[in-house]
Order: sequence, then structure tokens, then C-alpha cells
Amino acid sequence: MKSLSHPSQLAAWRARLIEERDSARKTVIVSNGTCGRASGSLDIIEALGRELDRRGLRETVRLQVTGCHGFCEFEPNVVIWPEGIYYGRLKPEDIPGIVDQTVLKNKVIGRLAYADPKTGRRYALQKDIPFYRKQVRRITGDNLRIDPERIEDYIMADGYQALAKALFDMTAEEVIREVEASGLRGRGGAGFPTGRKWQFCRQEMAARRYIICNADEGNPGTYMDRSILVANPHSVIEGMIIGAYAIGASEGYIYVRMEAPQAVRQITVARDQARKFGLLGKSILGSEFHFDIEIVEGAGAFVCGEETSLMASIEGKRAVSRQRPPFPAQSGLWGQPTNINNVETWANVPLIVRHGAEWYGQVGTPGSKGTKIFSLVGKIRHGGQVEVPMGIKLREIIYDIGGGIKDGKKFKAVQTGGPAGGFLPAEFLDLAVDYDNLVRAGSTMGSGGMIVLDETTCMVDLARHYMHFTQEESCGKCVPCRVGTRQMHDILVRITQGEGEEEDLARLQELSESIMAASLCGLGQTAPNPVLSSIRHFRQEYIDHIKHKKCAAGVCRGLARVSGRSSVAAGRKKKSQHD
Amino acid sequence: MDDWLEGFGHDQKELTRILHRIQAESGYISPEAIRLVAQHLNITENEVYGVLTFYKAFRLQPPGRHLVIVCQGTSCHVRGGAGVFEEMKKELGIEPGGTTEDQMFSLETVNCLGCCAIGPTVVIDGTYYSRVSVEDVRSLIAEYRKRKSFP
Repeated sequence: MKSLSHPSQLAAWRARLIEERDSARKTVIVSNGTCGRASGSLDIIEALGRELDRRGLRETVRLQVTGCHGFCEFEPNVVIWPEGIYYGRLKPEDIPGIVDQTVLKNKVIGRLAYADPKTGRRYALQKDIPFYRKQVRRITGDNLRIDPERIEDYIMADGYQALAKALFDMTAEEVIREVEASGLRGRGGAGFPTGRKWQFCRQEMAARRYIICNADEGNPGTYMDRSILVANPHSVIEGMIIGAYAIGASEGYIYVRMEAPQAVRQITVARDQARKFGLLGKSILGSEFHFDIEIVEGAGAFVCGEETSLMASIEGKRAVSRQRPPFPAQSGLWGQPTNINNVETWANVPLIVRHGAEWYGQVGTPGSKGTKIFSLVGKIRHGGQVEVPMGIKLREIIYDIGGGIKDGKKFKAVQTGGPAGGFLPAEFLDLAVDYDNLVRAGSTMGSGGMIVLDETTCMVDLARHYMHFTQEESCGKCVPCRVGTRQMHDILVRITQGEGEEEDLARLQELSESIMAASLCGLGQTAPNPVLSSIRHFRQEYIDHIKHKKCAAGVCRGLARVSGRSSVAAGRKKKSQHD
Repeated sequence: MDDWLEGFGHDQKELTRILHRIQAESGYISPEAIRLVAQHLNITENEVYGVLTFYKAFRLQPPGRHLVIVCQGTSCHVRGGAGVFEEMKKELGIEPGGTTEDQMFSLETVNCLGCCAIGPTVVIDGTYYSRVSVEDVRSLIAEYRKRKSFP
């Protein structure tokens, strides 16, 4: 296959690939994302290869290695196609039986099929499993069909069709209008309308404009972006090329965090393949449009998720944030107009261009269109990466998809929005999840972290955990963030050690207000949120720690679980308290 | 070392890329490396030092034979990661950023590895261990103590 120099060649290539592939042929799909590998998927792939060789089935059975399918709790898993039979938590010794019974004889092995822990009912097909049933997997749905190492798989899944449509059937303005009409809002957390952002950058007069894909997904407890990059990297590249065409940019950067080495690898492989086939570089698909992408690996600084820091990092400098305005759309990378979007935002773009804004808006709420990917983790029974329609209730995500709380414990709260977000206790379970509702409820969407907490989680300790994180990750440029987060952290450490004072709650409130008002960038402006939110909803826990030297969750060492039965350490400290 | 710089441009945007490369080759960034990089990019050694100490990724000391990374992400934390971290510090007798006296182990932390549904997560020499408990720590480290060869 040579470089593509006309959209008709793309169509012909796709048609040929589909013709060559025998869709009736049995396929064993192995999920091989980061969680999969950590759970032993590489051993499963090896066992499958061995078994297929032993039986001489290499020609008749296809082994498809893909990125993550989202159901991390049941890794390693396989799906047998075309039936869609699902087996999870496999061991290499299960493989010969699967090949013998299911691949060759179409028989479902009951003991390997997924069993609902609540009802005990077993499900043979992946699509019937409760974890998947309520999801709308628009962005992640193709993950099963795509080996991220093969651009051919993406082409067969209608990949780069949207690009051809944009380049040859639409003007740049039409692309922007379509994206604006779709209602797509930035998936990185701020929720700014994507089409409008593009327009700001396009209208700036400049010889050179840049676009950036922010893949520095640093919120602890989130891995949506990493999963997209590992499972379907071309969808991000295609989105970026379309965006660059709409904005009038000729250079793009993908800034990806080093803590996701598999994502770095897959996006680099995909970028190189796109270059090879004329989808990046000069005269894309034979058009007059030129655009190329550079990949920059981060170096372990959370603040780089903030756009001005990220740009400083790409320029090879200390990644400190700076005042806005000027906004990146006016003066960004090397002083040129720059448009930054998050991975998931870019991955939505090809869908909008291919299917149209109207189709896109069929899912979602009036103010938040489309789907959102969440990483549903913490004390949840079925942890994983879920893609749901905007407007779905928290209860549906946590109980129907996630299967409820682990180990028969009681739901306490769900944390959304990472270190910039807040906690939502049980009274919010019927909240319809979208950008505006989450903010009204005192939290934020963030990039999509959803950390479920149960009665064994201490909210004071968790607030301390977040403050530890932000004070460590503060870039240090502005005083309110650098010094203020440290002060808050030290107070929280004292409280968790049984040395809290009654004035501490007021001190935390006051510090929070100053830090939020005076910090230079989003990191500082939002850093106190988890503390304020936990005080608002769980004030009694703070009082228990401070006055009664009690940590009901039993997390804070040195504090008693029950009042009146103080441990030695807490008892010793009591003397200095006004208790 | 000069060979490692070959193929990199002279623009400052190459700086972190070069530092990643040097660390991948030699495990850390030596004073000599800082000098050569500064020369190559035509910036001061202070600037190189300033950038590399800003980021958590770069080391100024050679690491031990085995690199142990404990995830400090929120999901790992609520699933018992804090206990695993404490146990690891006790087992190795070092704090994060430190290396054991026998040069066998270095301990580092990371804010999130993105395997949140299967935490607590520990990575040793690039191998991911999921659902690690406090009780697992000793045997996990013992396994690596037995390995004599450089990874």
C-alpha cells in the first residue's frame, strides 16, 4: 500500500480490506491494555498462540489483540467473535478448554462465563453483562475491532472517513460550525464549547498556529485518556487533523504523560503509520492541506495538565503556569495562537463530522451533549472504564453498571473531578450527571474520575491525601498556592494525628478562600475544593477527629474507632486539648 | 555521551527529550551530562539543572539495581495503598527517592499509574503488580532480592 493521494484511494483501500477479511471467521479477541497486562493478559496471548499452533488452527482462527474494553475488574478477558461470548479473569490453563469447547464447538463454558455477584446469574454474551448494558460506547465501542498496532483495523472501522469528508466536502468554517452545533464541550474538565474555542484561535491573525492534544492525564484515579490512546489512537489523530484544518494550523503536539508508557508507544506507532500513508505531512490525501504531529513525553509534573504550564514544558522550560490573558488562542506556543483540547475531546471530533451534529446531539442533556467516559474506581464492585450518555444518574453508574459497593460495605460518597473536585454523598445519587449539575452539586465533572468511597474511607484522611498531592505538585511560582496548600496540608496532618484544634476548621476555610482567590492558575484556584467539600458534607467527622480523637473509619492511626476508647497516642495528646 | 546527543536538534524544546534519553541509557543525569547538554543547546548549566529538578522523572543519583514504584493515586489510597507504601518503606528501610545501602533497591512514588480498578499497584522494574496487600510486600521484595543479575 502506497501513500494515499486521493480520497477515492482511501475508500478503495477500505473496501479491499473488508473484502479480504472473512467476517464469519472465528476470532478470539484479547484485551491487552495496561490493566490487562498487569493482570496477566500477555500470558493469555501466549497460551492462545500455543494452543492454536498445537491444533494447527492459525489459518482458521484469528487472534486479535486489542486495547482495553473497560471491564478492568475482570481482566484478563477474551471475547469470542462473531458470537460475542465473554470470559473474564482467565488463567492460561483455561485456554485449551476455551479453544476446544467454544472456538471449535460453539459451546459456552458455564464456569468461565461472567456471574453477577448479586444474583448469581451467568451471562454468556458480553453485551448482556450488566456492566455493559447501560453504557453507550460511541468512542470506545470500536475497541474490540481495533488492534492499535494496525491502521488497517481503524480504516475498516470507517476511520479517516470524517477526515476525507472535512477536507473535500467542507470548508474550515463549516467544520467549526458543525462542531459548535454538536454542543461538544471540552472533556478535560472546564467544559468550554469546543467549536467556539476553535473559532477564537482561527480568527487570530498569525503566520503560524498550533494545536495541542493534552494527554497529560494526571488526576489520580483517572485513566480515560490513556485507554483511548492505547485502544484507538487513530481516532485522536484523525480528530486533530480535522481540528487543524478547521483552525488553520500546520503543526500539532501531543503531550502525553510518561506514567502511561503504553499510551506513548501506541500513539507514536499510530502517528508513524498515519505519516506513512499520507494522512499526516504534506498534501494530506492529495489535498492542499499540510499538517504534522510531534509527540512530547512529559516528565512527571501534574501541573503540565494546566495549559500554560503544558506549553512551557513543550518549549523545554520549567513548566510554571502564567497569567491569562493572553489566552493560548491569542498567544500560546512560542507566542503564536494555539488551541488545546483534551484527548477525549479530539476523539469525539471524527464522530461529529462523520455522523453530523444532529446525530451527535441525540444523546445527552440540553447543556451537555454526547457521551462521557468515566473511570469508575475505588470501593466499587465492578471497577473499570465506562462510557455513558450525559444525563445518566449517578445511581445507575454506581449500582447498575458498577454493581454497587465492594465487599458488602455501605456507600459513603463518590468523588468526582479529582483534586479540583468534590464529594457527593448519598443524597446526590439521583443526580443526572452533566457539567452543570455536578457544579451545582458542589463538585465538577473534571476529566471523568469517579472514585467510590465506603464507610471504611476517612474523609479527613482523604482531604489530607488530596492536599498532600496538590502541595507537592504546586509549581511554586505563586505564593498562595505554594505556601497556602502546604499550610492546609500541615493542619490536616495534625488533625489526622489527633492533634487538631477547634480553630482548625475556621483556619482551613480562611486559607481556602485566599488560595482560591489569589492563585495564578487552575491548580491553586481549585486545590482547596476537596477539603471544603468534605467539611461541608462530613463536618461531624472533622469534629470527631478534633474533639473526640476518634476516626470512625479506623484509618487514622493513633485515633480510636469509637469515642471514649482512645488509644494511647490519642490519650497522650488529649491533655493539650480543650476537650 | 556525545553519541546520545546526536540526532537531537539544538532548540531548547529538545531538552526534556534529551534528558529522557540520557536517563534511559545511564539511569541518571550526571554533572558531566548536564554540562554537555547545556553546550549542545547553547543554554547555561543552571538552566538545564533548573528544568531537570522541576520534574519528578529525572534523577541526579544512580538508582539501585531494582526500581520499586508504589502508586499513590486516590483509588489505590482508598483500597489500602497507604498501608502498602508504609510497609514498603519499612521493608526496604528507605524513604521515597532513596536507595538501599547495598544498592539493591530504589524506592519511588507515582501519583497515579492509571490501573485504578485493580489497585493498590506496585511496579518493580517495569512489571506491574495489582491488588497488592501489606502481606504481599515482604515476599514480593524477597523475590527480587534473590535475583542477582542486572535487569
